Amino acid sequence: MMFARRAWIVLWKDLLTERRSKESLNALFFFALLLLFLFEFALGPDRERLAAALPGLLWLGFILAGILGLGRTFLVERENDCWEGLVLTPGDKGAIYLGKLAVNFLLMAAVEIVLLALFGIFYNVDLWGSVVPLSLVIFLGTVGLASVGTLFGAMTSQVRARELLFPLLLLPVQVPVLLGTVKATEAVLQGLALAEVGHWLKLLAAADLVYLVVGLLTFEFVLEA
Amino acid sequence: MTRWLGWLAALGLVAGLVMGFGYAPKDAVQGNVQRIMYVHVPSILTAYLAFALVLIASVGFLFTRRTEWDRLAHSAGEIGVVFTGLTLVSGSIWGKPTWGTWWTWDARLTSTAILFLIYVGYLLLRGMVEDWERSARYAAVVGILGAVNVPIVHFSVLWWRTLHQPATILSPERAPISPPIALALLVNWIAFSLLFAYFLSKRLSLRRLEEEAYA
Repeated sequence: MMFARRAWIVLWKDLLTERRSKESLNALFFFALLLLFLFEFALGPDRERLAAALPGLLWLGFILAGILGLGRTFLVERENDCWEGLVLTPGDKGAIYLGKLAVNFLLMAAVEIVLLALFGIFYNVDLWGSVVPLSLVIFLGTVGLASVGTLFGAMTSQVRARELLFPLLLLPVQVPVLLGTVKATEAVLQGLALAEVGHWLKLLAAADLVYLVVGLLTFEFVLEA
Repeated sequence: MTRWLGWLAALGLVAGLVMGFGYAPKDAVQGNVQRIMYVHVPSILTAYLAFALVLIASVGFLFTRRTEWDRLAHSAGEIGVVFTGLTLVSGSIWGKPTWGTWWTWDARLTSTAILFLIYVGYLLLRGMVEDWERSARYAAVVGILGAVNVPIVHFSVLWWRTLHQPATILSPERAPISPPIALALLVNWIAFSLLFAYFLSKRLSLRRLEEEAYA
């Protein structure tokens, strides 16, 4: 079977499971809403202050949602005893990684869109005006988040203290992505052109590429039971 | 062999102190405080060396599955964390009199702290996975990702407003450095590298004993 087709099957299977169980998405949407309120309570109702902190809060929200959501796709495999099935799949294991990465990306993207809309409404920020450049920044950041999260999620799903270990591994590695995305989001929300943040976008793209390649190459070693 | 390395390292450190305090001139602007550089810079270079070894050993382990590689990665990782910690502490002590603050969220400081955190996570992972073989495999993957992440973290420095003086040794355009200072730095660097080799050799034999004890 072709590489892309095997990745697609993993993606399709997980999307179907998610559509029928709605296990992750419902919880993550609610979590996003909770975060929004928490940020508001922590920083006070001052709109200007919230709007100024928005890029940071936004990405903090994405990353926190990622910590909860990203590890789950492999936990499901373990709990349902499907891990062996994945290991026994013939061919390059990178396809499974890519499929799972795509699932995680879509999951995160869905949560991010909801969180963005909520931020726009509750904090009274006009996000619509910069939706195209913002989408690009969010796309690059989410690929970085999901590519590392998928790799580490597969790893920690086999570890007893997984809830603890997953963020401990993910967060430090994600710092360059966080720096880049927050800076770029800030600039984009101020109405600056994308060219102004070109260097950050390049950094994010490079980080995505590096994480993707490492993930594809090392995933087979993680998948072994 | 280990013992000889230990003596060589001790000798090197003494020579480094003599060079740093006796031979190198006092900094015109910062005064004697600047001499902390002879600890600060070799520490981070040693840490980089250690993490480079982690990368090589991790790749080696995944290709060959030989315990020797895992042992090397584990030992180098631990020592790298120690030297990164030393860099952060010595930098903090240097920062207080020159910048007026122990810590600032300058990018270079932050990225070194992040490096520290990545490898503390790496060591935590090793501690939290019970199975030796699995722990070695996972650690190798994290070791590789952590190392390839270093340039990404490092380059974010160049685009961030920074208090830190520009890098002299690892920068694309070399800043001028006076020859006596460079020589003192070189001696200290060699001394720290010897110290690293000594620690590594000690830690490797310790790890071998650990394996025997748990086997």
